[in-house]
Amino acid sequence: MTVLFYLSAIIAVISTVAVILQSNIVHALIYLILSLLAVAVVFYSVGAPFAAMLEAIVYAGAIMVLFLFVIMMLNLGQRSHAQEQEWLSGKIWIGPSVMAAILLVQLLSVVTTEQAVTEVVEVGVQEVGLMLFGPYVLAVEIASLLLLAGLVSAYHLAKK
Amino acid sequence: MTWEVGSALNIAAILILVVVIAAMLIWVERRLLGLWQERLGPNRVGWFGLMQVVADMVKIFTKEDWVPPFSDKFSFVLAPNIIMIVVLMSFSVIPFAPGVGVSDSNVGVLFILAMASLGAYSVMLAGLSSNNKYSLLGALRAAAQMVSYEVFMGISLLGVVALTGSFSLRDVVLAQADGWYVIPQFVGFVIFLIAGIAESHRVPFDIPEAEQEIVAGYHTEYSGMKFGMFFVGEYLGLVLVSSLITVFFFGGWMGPAFLPGIVWFVIKAFVFIAFFILLRAALPRPRYDQLMSYGWLFLLPLSLLNLLITAAVILMGS
Repeated sequence: MTVLFYLSAIIAVISTVAVILQSNIVHALIYLILSLLAVAVVFYSVGAPFAAMLEAIVYAGAIMVLFLFVIMMLNLGQRSHAQEQEWLSGKIWIGPSVMAAILLVQLLSVVTTEQAVTEVVEVGVQEVGLMLFGPYVLAVEIASLLLLAGLVSAYHLAKK
Repeated sequence: MTWEVGSALNIAAILILVVVIAAMLIWVERRLLGLWQERLGPNRVGWFGLMQVVADMVKIFTKEDWVPPFSDKFSFVLAPNIIMIVVLMSFSVIPFAPGVGVSDSNVGVLFILAMASLGAYSVMLAGLSSNNKYSLLGALRAAAQMVSYEVFMGISLLGVVALTGSFSLRDVVLAQADGWYVIPQFVGFVIFLIAGIAESHRVPFDIPEAEQEIVAGYHTEYSGMKFGMFFVGEYLGLVLVSSLITVFFFGGWMGPAFLPGIVWFVIKAFVFIAFFILLRAALPRPRYDQLMSYGWLFLLPLSLLNLLITAAVILMGS
């Protein structure tokens, strides 16, 4: 499981970097899907099969399909490709790199000081369900209200 | 080597058999359609035309494999691979018989749904990368159809999952020892059947590749083995949906003891394959908006109602 974890974590990092570096929007999206699938494997390897499958179904399977759908409708093609290449060169890298470096230092200091949890405990589907509809029921309800609001506004916009 | 779930021998046998059966279905479909339409179908090559598949394969392997210069090559080559990989991966959680299967994952149902939703990328990327109007139209139709019907597919299975109390497909089969789920979950079965046809885009839901309207839809620009992968991928999807119906609603390998479990499984699955082929000979294609409104306005409320009633019955019983 440790090998699986590190392997998929490396794939996730590399493909996420590729998402930023790709100037072709469809290729960037394919890398993003790969990255999400790698994160799903990470979840699986640390003992959360339910979260892993939901990551694959909801993020990699549904949300990214909608992204691709929008790209298909807009038909961006060569123009956006050239624009992206222009954006990805020169001074634009400095600001994000500095901020990312600060975050990386913070992350590394947390990782080195915190006590590492090496034991993998598998959390079953039923336990997740009981937690969601037990102590965290308020969060679930609030999330469902948010989704309802989104649904109503999407209906309103589509009706115009 | 031992013959148990997940052994190398088991995996190799399932992989090879599933692909061979899917390829043979091309001949089965043409013969059965011929039978029902009062003609002969391919009967020249070999016994009853059985070698027709081999001839087709030789042809498709030796054809020029053309990648259009105006296409996005990376996505164009990737797309047909996705459908093959995704469908073959789905077979890994199916319990064919006691001791036969690749993996008894405890999230098997979710794995099937995840793979089904990833399958949408194959048709979308194929249509988008071809850089062709008809391909793009086909891909748009395919994307909308697959995303919508996935929803009902998932919800219709939740009734079965609630009755079993497990996401493992082997548990689903074992829980049907005293009665197939097709009786308590008849509504779920019908919705899953319809959604399954839509997911594998077979007639009457082959709107993404409707040849009378948009040439061949998303695989208009494909030729040679890349087209062959889409073609075999569609038959693999047909085998997968039939196997899933057998597992979820018709007791999997269970049957009277005079035949081994795997034979019962194959018989049941083949009945559904034949049903899907008969459907192709019998039904016309609906219009695109009819398909979408039928899904969202009829199947979605029905599947939610089915889940609600199933849950209420289970709660009252406990």
